[in-house]
Amino acid sequence: MSVIVTDTGFAADDWKCGFRAVEGSPANDCPEGIDLASDTDPATLVGLTNAAMIRVDFPSFADGRGFTLATRLRQLGYKGRLRAKGHVIADQYAMARRSGFDEVEIDDDLAARQPEDQWLRRSNWQGHNYQARLRG
Amino acid sequence: MYTYNDFDEAFVLERVAQFRGQVERRIDGSLTEDEFKPLRLMNGLYLQLHAYMLRVAIPYGTLNSGQMRQLAFIADKWDKGYGHFTTRQNIQYNWPKLNDVPDMLEALADVGMHAIQTSGNTIRNVTADHFAGAAADEIADPRPIAELLRQWSTDHPEFQFLPRKFKIAVTGSPNDRAVTKAHDIGLRMVRNDAGEAGFEVVVGGGLGRTPMIGKVIRDFLPQEDLLAYCEAIVSVYNLLGRRDNKYKARIKITVHENGLETIREKVEARFAQIRDGFTGFDQQLLAQIEQHFAEPSYKSAKTDGYEAARLANPAFRSWTDTNLTAHKNDDYAIVSISIKKHGHTPGDASSDQMRAIADIAETFGHNEIRISHEQNVILPHVHKADLNLVYQALRKADLATANIGLVSDIIACPGMDYCALATARSIPIAQEIATRFEELKMEHEVGPLKIKISGCINACGHHHVGHIGILGLDRAGVENYQITLGGDGSEDATIGERAGPGFSADEIVPAIERLIKGYVAIRQDDEETFLQAYRRLGPAPFKDILYPEKAEKNAA
Ligand code: SF4
Repeated sequence: MSVIVTDTGFAADDWKCGFRAVEGSPANDCPEGIDLASDTDPATLVGLTNAAMIRVDFPSFADGRGFTLATRLRQLGYKGRLRAKGHVIADQYAMARRSGFDEVEIDDDLAARQPEDQWLRRSNWQGHNYQARLRG
Repeated sequence: MYTYNDFDEAFVLERVAQFRGQVERRIDGSLTEDEFKPLRLMNGLYLQLHAYMLRVAIPYGTLNSGQMRQLAFIADKWDKGYGHFTTRQNIQYNWPKLNDVPDMLEALADVGMHAIQTSGNTIRNVTADHFAGAAADEIADPRPIAELLRQWSTDHPEFQFLPRKFKIAVTGSPNDRAVTKAHDIGLRMVRNDAGEAGFEVVVGGGLGRTPMIGKVIRDFLPQEDLLAYCEAIVSVYNLLGRRDNKYKARIKITVHENGLETIREKVEARFAQIRDGFTGFDQQLLAQIEQHFAEPSYKSAKTDGYEAARLANPAFRSWTDTNLTAHKNDDYAIVSISIKKHGHTPGDASSDQMRAIADIAETFGHNEIRISHEQNVILPHVHKADLNLVYQALRKADLATANIGLVSDIIACPGMDYCALATARSIPIAQEIATRFEELKMEHEVGPLKIKISGCINACGHHHVGHIGILGLDRAGVENYQITLGGDGSEDATIGERAGPGFSADEIVPAIERLIKGYVAIRQDDEETFLQAYRRLGPAPFKDILYPEKAEKNAA
């Protein structure tokens, strides 16, 4: 099982349509989410801007590529749901949100080790944001 | 000088609170050691050989007397009464206790300072010319730009987990005192033919195991595009930089492996995407920042006393010969305070010395202090009429060593005495060389010479750009010192060449002595510096001096 973290805390996953890799063929009945690896070639992002859900993998919390992938997707005009999945720690929640992610998907072990209150402490991610300030 | 506004202040306090929480969560197990590590690094906390080390940023090397006193207070309260100035305009405390660190950070925040992003795989403390705002040769003051970059890079959500560390330096003068070509991004402030302000942007420089001089990626970048362009570079690097091998992860390798053209194309494409996100508000902020760096209100006084004192006191004269630099105001001088007393640890200052410097800056120096990447302290604005008094006060604090730019003004990394990565000692070698040349009483005769020492291949002592570089290695458990010659960190940046086989710890100081005496014997005249002689004559005569047996054999 996994836990979805948003600004309001922990919740169960409400995404019903599943996920597929970029290369996979789409199902007809349900708009599947797209799974992106952290080493995704940024050139492939252009074709994904109409997806309903994109999920970017974080194989390790030290792999910061997902933050750039999310930023690029948003700059390309992607308006759908954007999720960071895997080894993302509570201390990175604000970075994830500021990079354009809507939510973070973590496993039960991580949710037990870093319970909801530790994530909620960073739900103030809009405050103290130099980059937003510089962009006016 | 820049002073924090409410936003900056609230930011650093929030950051301290976060770090306090992270220390607690490490102790209660919420964070694993692996997870805690980059979090403490991005707050300046290293784990060294014997203890933690806290690296505090001195943004673009500028601080005031109050801040210097606070650094002294921190050294006394939580460390062993001294601090170490580094080659990147930081101060390091070598003995803090983990539990005390949040309090130390809070004490820093109280005076508008921090340790954010002084370590880790982040954009590091932005460095600038230590003579900024004072130098006679300056085109523009780089500090407002450096402050803007500090704000932009601080806690940047995209760039807290880069492949590797990322260093930016800015200079506003044609004489590059910030070693910009040895940085991941080097910025040189220039004007185009139309007279508009902008930058020459250099990318992919760096020292370390694979030293490289940065390459020009953009001849002229308009000033208002700076943040978007830097963001484009780091964003391209974040995806393209190697994460499989720590030693190939710096952007210099990314540029080398992909080629400058490819990197330029990707950066320009990314820049085009990012540019519209900046609405120009950053330029309004820049204008506000610039106001903080207004020139001091210079005083006018007669300077005759200065000349008279020089004639009367040879020790003072000698100090003024080496430790002063031309100020843009003719009645003023830039004073360099040597933190390289012969036989002492280069860059180490006691809390008493820090307080003495703070007092002198307050009384005679418009309250301004700088830290140079050469590990010395600068008083950027001293009226010539006050120089004698400044000198007397420095003598009292044991800070009047007259050796700036000379043999004993050595840059040395912490080496085996502190650093977990070291393969050899570097501080003791620096101390021995300085002591030896003090005995010989010949450093003034030798003239300008930069010796730089690193205790391992990571090159924190910048040995590649020393006129004489010394690299301490480990050869089967025995220290071995390699010499490089002809390096240069200025606007003519050059990587030094290896002279030949290394020397043992016992042989290295005599070898350096031989080398320097040999240079004095073969130079054209007293004016020809070591570097000029090396460039004129090439390495051969210097190798002969270093390896006399071999030279004899060749001659026979
Ligand atoms: S050069 Fe090596 S020994 Fe010296 S400080 Fe850097 S890592 Fe440590």
